[in-house]
Amino acid sequence: MTLHDLIAYDLLRVVWWLLIGFLLIGFALTDGFDMGVGTLLPFVARTDIERRMVINTVGPVWEGNQVWFILGGGAIFAAWPPLYAVSFSGFYLAMFAILAALIVRPVAFKYRSKRESTRWRTTWDWALFAGGAVPALIFGVAVGNVLQGVPFYLTDDLYAMYDGSFHAKFLGLLNPFALLTGLVSLSMLITHGAAWLGVKSEGVIVARARRIAVVSGLVTMAGFALAGLWLAVGIEGYSFAQTPITDGPSNPLQSEVIRGGSWLVAYTERPWIIIAPALGFFGTAQAIRGLRRQSELGTFFWSKLAILGMISTVGLTMFPFILPSSKDPNSSLTVWDASSSHLTLFIMLVATLIFMPIILAYTAWVYKVLWGKVTEADVTDAPQSY
Amino acid sequence: MDLDVVELSRLQFALTAMYHFLFVPLTLGLSVIVAIMETVYVMTGRPIWRQMTKFWGTLFGINFVLGVATGITMEFQFGMNWSYYSHYVGDVFGAPLAIEGLMAFFLEATFVGLFFFGWEKLSRVQHLVVTWLVAIGSNFSALWILIANGWMQNPVGAEFNPMTMRMEMTSFFEVLFNDVAQAKFVHTVSAGYVTAAVFVLGVSAWYLLGARHVELARRSIAVAASFGLASALSVVVLGDESGYSAGHSQKMKLAAIEAMWETEPAPASFTLFGLPNQEERETHFAIHIPWAMGLIGTRSLTTEIPGINELEAQAEERIRSGLIAYDALLTVRQDREATDPAVMARFEEHSDDLGFAFLLLRYLEDPREASDAEITMAAEDTIPKVWPLFWAFRIMVALGFSFIALMAYFFYLASFKGMQFPRWALRLAVIVIPTPWIAAEMGWFVAEFGRQPWTVDGVLPTALSVSHLGVSELLITLAGFITFYTVLFIVEIGLMLKYIRKGPFMDVAETDAWTARHEHRLRTHDGNVPDATPAE
Repeated sequence: MTLHDLIAYDLLRVVWWLLIGFLLIGFALTDGFDMGVGTLLPFVARTDIERRMVINTVGPVWEGNQVWFILGGGAIFAAWPPLYAVSFSGFYLAMFAILAALIVRPVAFKYRSKRESTRWRTTWDWALFAGGAVPALIFGVAVGNVLQGVPFYLTDDLYAMYDGSFHAKFLGLLNPFALLTGLVSLSMLITHGAAWLGVKSEGVIVARARRIAVVSGLVTMAGFALAGLWLAVGIEGYSFAQTPITDGPSNPLQSEVIRGGSWLVAYTERPWIIIAPALGFFGTAQAIRGLRRQSELGTFFWSKLAILGMISTVGLTMFPFILPSSKDPNSSLTVWDASSSHLTLFIMLVATLIFMPIILAYTAWVYKVLWGKVTEADVTDAPQSY
Repeated sequence: MDLDVVELSRLQFALTAMYHFLFVPLTLGLSVIVAIMETVYVMTGRPIWRQMTKFWGTLFGINFVLGVATGITMEFQFGMNWSYYSHYVGDVFGAPLAIEGLMAFFLEATFVGLFFFGWEKLSRVQHLVVTWLVAIGSNFSALWILIANGWMQNPVGAEFNPMTMRMEMTSFFEVLFNDVAQAKFVHTVSAGYVTAAVFVLGVSAWYLLGARHVELARRSIAVAASFGLASALSVVVLGDESGYSAGHSQKMKLAAIEAMWETEPAPASFTLFGLPNQEERETHFAIHIPWAMGLIGTRSLTTEIPGINELEAQAEERIRSGLIAYDALLTVRQDREATDPAVMARFEEHSDDLGFAFLLLRYLEDPREASDAEITMAAEDTIPKVWPLFWAFRIMVALGFSFIALMAYFFYLASFKGMQFPRWALRLAVIVIPTPWIAAEMGWFVAEFGRQPWTVDGVLPTALSVSHLGVSELLITLAGFITFYTVLFIVEIGLMLKYIRKGPFMDVAETDAWTARHEHRLRTHDGNVPDATPAE
C-alpha cells in the first residue's frame, strides 16, 4: 500500500508538529481551567457550600478535559516515539509528581462530597489544590528546561542515557529560568481558572476570583516578558550545522547540531511568528481588562487566546527543535529526525481527521447542555453532584 | 545493563497493571448493565428501573474514577520506565494507544460527566444515549488497548529498520486484525461482563438476605443472571479461541502453561493436574486428558504441539542466526546507503532473529563475543517459569467454568422458579463476589508472565526495554505507588461499602417540585415541551 506517499514525509512531519501543538493547546484551554479552579479552590470558596459550587463548575467536564492530556501523551508516543521515550524517562521524578497529582485529582472530585466529615472534605480540597497547582507548575518548569536543553544523549543503538545522579537530575530541573517559566504557566492557568469561574459561578466566589486573577494576570505578563528577555541575553539556542535532510529516516544522530547563538534568531528568520508572543501579551491584557469590566465571556475568550499565543510562542521559537540535548547537541530531537515512520504518521493523521471533528462536535454539545451558572440549588438538589 | 532496574521496573509494571485491572473489568461490565437497566426504564417508564440505573450508576462512578486515575499511570509508565521499549516499538505500539484516546476514551470521559449531571438537563432518550455512549466508549477502549497488547504477544505487520534502530509498521491492517488481539479483546471484555454480573448478583443477594430493597434486588438479579450467563459462556469459548491463537503464535507460552516438556505425538493430551518441576523438566503426579490439548491448540488430530525442550533448541538456533543479523546490522548502520549488497542481503535474511541476539546482552556487552555456554544460557532464558503459569491458568479456567454454573443456576431460578432463591444460594452469591477478580488477574498473569523473557515476543527482550534509571529513582516511585494505591484502595472499598449499605436513595426526581423544575428547564432550553419527562 502506497497511499501514504500521497503526502510527503516532511510535510506530514510538520502537520504532526501542528497537531501535537493543537492537542497540547487543547489541553491547556480545557483542563487548564480545571487546574486553575483547583488551585483557586481554597482561596475563593470558604464555606462547604461555596466549595461545592466551585467544584461543580468543573465537575461534569474535567474528565473529558483531562483526555486532552492523555491523548497528547498517546499522540506523542505514536507520532514522536523518541520524544516520548526520552522526555518521560528523563523528567522521571517530575513526571511522577504530575502522575501523582493526576491520580489524586479525579479521586478528589469524585469522593470529596461522598462523606459528611469536615476533615475528610478539607483533605480532598487540598488534594484538589495540589492536583491543580503541581501539574500547572511542572508543565511550565518542563518548558523552561526544554528551552535550555536537557542533559541526555543517545547511544548508537539510540538508547537514551542521562547525565548525573538522580538528585542532580531532579534538582537540576528546578533552575531559575525554569522556575520562572513554571510561574508563568501557573499564573496563566490561575487566570484562566478565574475566567471560567466568572462564566460558571456567581456572587462572592466570582468577586474573590476576580481579585486574584488581576494579580495573576499581571504576573503572567511580567513573567512572560522577563522570560523573553532572558532568552535574548542569557540562554543559548540550538541550530543545525548544515541544512537538515527533512525526509530521511528518524535517526537524530544523523544530523549535526550546534549549540550557541540565540533562539530568538527565529524572529529574524520568520518575522511573522511575532504574532504568537504578541497574542500572549495582548490576550492577557484584554483578559485583565475584561475582569475589571466584569465581562465574563470576554475575559474567558481573551484568556484562551492568551494561552494559545503563549504556548505557540514556545513551539514557533524552537521550530524545528522539539527536545535539544545540552549534553550532546547531535542527539537533539527535531521535527525532521524524531518522528514515526511515514506510514504511521499517515495512518494517525487519517484517524485524527476522522475522530477529531467528532470529538469537537460532541464536546461542544456537552458544554451546551451544561451551559449556565452553577447555583446553590444545583448543588444541594442533585444527589449526583460533587 | 542493571538487572535490579529491570526487576524493579517489572515489579512496578506488574503492580500498577494488576491494580489498574481491579477497576477495569467492573467498568466494562457495569457500564453495559447500567445501560441495559436504563433501556428498560425508557421502554417501560417504570421508576424502579430509573432507581436501579442510578444506584448501580453510583457504584459504577466510584469504581470508574479509579480505573481512569490508574490508567494514566499505565500510559505514562511506558515512557518513564520502559524508554527503550517506547523508542523501539513506539512506531507500531503508540498508534493503537493514541487511537484509543481519539476514538474511545474521549467519548467515555466526555459523556460520563453528563451521565451523572445530565439527569435534569436531558430528556429520557437523550440520557439513555449518553449512557450507551459511555458503555460503548469503555468497551472500545478495551479494544484498542488489547490491539496494542496483542501486538506485544504476536508482533505482526511490522519490520525492523536498521537506520532508525526500531520496529516500523508495514501494515496497519495486520496490526488491527491480529487474531491474537481480536481473541483477547472478546475474551477480556466478556470477563469484564462476568465480573460485573457477579458483582450485581452478589450485592443484590445480600439485600435479599436482609429482605431489603427487594424489588430492586430481584430485578437486578434477573438482569445479572441472564447477562452473566451469556458472558460466562462467551469467556470460556473465547478463551479457547485465545488458546488456539497462542497455539500458532506463542508456542513457548502454551507449552509452559501445559508444563509440556517434550513434544508429544499428536494429538497431545491436556494435563489436568500435576506438579511441574523445572529443574528435572518433568511433571510429577500428572493426570492427563487424552487428545484435549491437541484439539484446543491446533484444532486438528494430526498437528504436533512442540514441547519446551524442542522450543529451547529452536531458540538456540535463532540466537545463532540473530548473531549473524547483529553483525551485519553494525555494518549496515555504519555504511548506510553504501552498504555492500551481500551484507545487506545477509542482514535481511537473518533480521527476524535479531531479537534473539539481544537476549545475550544480559550476559555481555557485545553479543558477537558470546561463548557457547552463554548462548545456551540465553536459550534457556526463553523458557518462562513454568509452575506459576501452570497453576494460574488452572485456577482461571476452574473459576471460569464455575461462573457458568453459578449464572445458569440463578438464571434458572429467576426465569422458571418465580425468583425463589434458596438462602444458601444467596449466601454463596455474596461469598463469590471477589472470585471474578481473581480469575481476571490470573488471566493477565498468564498472558504477561508467560510472555517473558520478552516485552515483544521474539523481538525485544524485557531486560533491554528499560529506561536508564537508578535503583533509587525506581524505589521512590515504587514506594509512592504502593502508598498511594493502598490509601486509594481503602478509601474506595470504604465508599463502595458505604453506598452499598445505604442502598438506593430516595430520588429527588420523584418529587413534584423536581418534575416541575425539570420540565421548566427543558422548555426554556429549546422552547419545546419535553416529550419524555419522568412524571410518574
